Amino acid sequence: MKLITAVVKPFKLDDVREALSEIGVQGITVTEVKGFGRQKGHTELYRGAEYVVDFLPKVKIEVAVSSDLTDKVIESITKAANTGKIGDGKIFVTSLEQVVRIRTGEIGPDAL
Amino acid sequence: MENNIYELQYAMDTFYFLVCGALVMWMAAGFAMLEAGLVRSKNTTEILTKNVALFAVACTMYLVCGYQLMYGGGYFLSGITEVDSAAVLSDFAGREDGFHGGSIYSGASDFFFQVVFVATAMSIVSGAVAERMKLWAFLAFAVVMTGVIYPMEGGWTWGGNDVFGLYNLGDLGFSDFAGSGIVHMAGAAAALSGVILLGARKGKYGPNGEARAIPGANLPLATLGTFILWMGWFGFNGGSVLKLGDISNANSVAVVFMNTNAAAAGGLIGALLLAFLLFRKADLTMALNGALAGLVAITAEPSTPTPFAATLIGFVGGLIVVMSILTLDKLRIDDPVGAISVHGVVGLFGLLVVPVTNGDVSFVGQLVGAATIFGWVFATSFVAWMVIKAVMGIRVSEEEEYEGVDISECGMEAYPEFTGGKS
Repeated sequence: MKLITAVVKPFKLDDVREALSEIGVQGITVTEVKGFGRQKGHTELYRGAEYVVDFLPKVKIEVAVSSDLTDKVIESITKAANTGKIGDGKIFVTSLEQVVRIRTGEIGPDAL
Repeated sequence: MENNIYELQYAMDTFYFLVCGALVMWMAAGFAMLEAGLVRSKNTTEILTKNVALFAVACTMYLVCGYQLMYGGGYFLSGITEVDSAAVLSDFAGREDGFHGGSIYSGASDFFFQVVFVATAMSIVSGAVAERMKLWAFLAFAVVMTGVIYPMEGGWTWGGNDVFGLYNLGDLGFSDFAGSGIVHMAGAAAALSGVILLGARKGKYGPNGEARAIPGANLPLATLGTFILWMGWFGFNGGSVLKLGDISNANSVAVVFMNTNAAAAGGLIGALLLAFLLFRKADLTMALNGALAGLVAITAEPSTPTPFAATLIGFVGGLIVVMSILTLDKLRIDDPVGAISVHGVVGLFGLLVVPVTNGDVSFVGQLVGAATIFGWVFATSFVAWMVIKAVMGIRVSEEEEYEGVDISECGMEAYPEFTGGKS
């Protein structure tokens, strides 16, 4: 089982969600985060004083999937979240040791 | 029959004072929202508490002794609830200009109209000292300002009293219709003395004196506050005509409303244009300050200018306020909402521009009046702040400033995002 974490631009959230449900991914967790990679921040102005905004708003999407779905998920997210401009984001894949469905107590692949 | 008309005039002019007083009271909501919008979220509860409390303190202290000091209205307003109708009617009959003479109205309505002006003057201070002053130190100062400092200079101006028996501002040709100097510049003088003793917010100025942005948390509130102030100002200037009940005065009231509005519009345009020229961006907070600057500028004389002249006066006020805000930052005088610039610098401008449209007023008189008001308020405020500083301190600790004064002064967050719910 894998935990796939994608940090993407906020306005791409709906596209990614749709793409994931099309390939059969049932559940998703979304967090609002801020960050930067090689995309620099920008300056804003407040009453004549300039200040730098380093962090940009992003959205972090986490999906837990069975290992054989990994490549499809990566392809799906990449296509949906891509704009071709810098700041599109990154995808991280980590191994998932255990998954539990709280309501029923199912564990492992049955809980995905 | 004549007596019935006098009764109606009394009722109309009394009602007029009450409605205008209510509009000026509404400005307190305007100040509260404007300031709440321009401070950081961690300091919002405290500034709101300051605003509601200063209003209450002002109303009470002016009742206790302020009104007596300013107009001889009686300590604790003794006698104000009584009216001797027969005496009132004979006052009407004996008036110098008859029907068109000075208005006669309920004493209580006069107090009501005056007291909300005191609260306005005091409220100017709260924005300038925001985010780092101890709440109770501020309220202690409010007691002194609304009980003594403001009433004294109000007595020398609107009250017609001699300045410590030395000279009389009215005789020198001083005129301040609704209080550019008496209310606004006075409030700014008190604010300036406080800010000088208080110091700037931590992190506001860099090592080379460069100003760092500390953006306000809620610009919708700031905008709402400005519009509320704009509307309340119709009562502020309109009520200062002091009479409604005849053709000439009713027309004067209409002209005052019209010019007040025109000046606000001019001020906003002036500030917005200048900010755009300087920063290549349309700075909303400068536009808001500009509208208020226009209002302050016209307050010393809203009845004599033509509407276009009023617009121009406001426009110049808008230009002045932007330059003043930037200049104060260069002088490292930290004023989170621009109060000293809007009310002090433009308040002075408002006084000095009166002779341009009102030939009965002398430039010298305006200067002497401005110096008297500023000198008195600044000096006595400085002393008051010094005393409060020695007794209880006026600034919160560095840690309290970092956490936010909502926690240290009020124990309550304005935007509680991270509470768990159950304890």
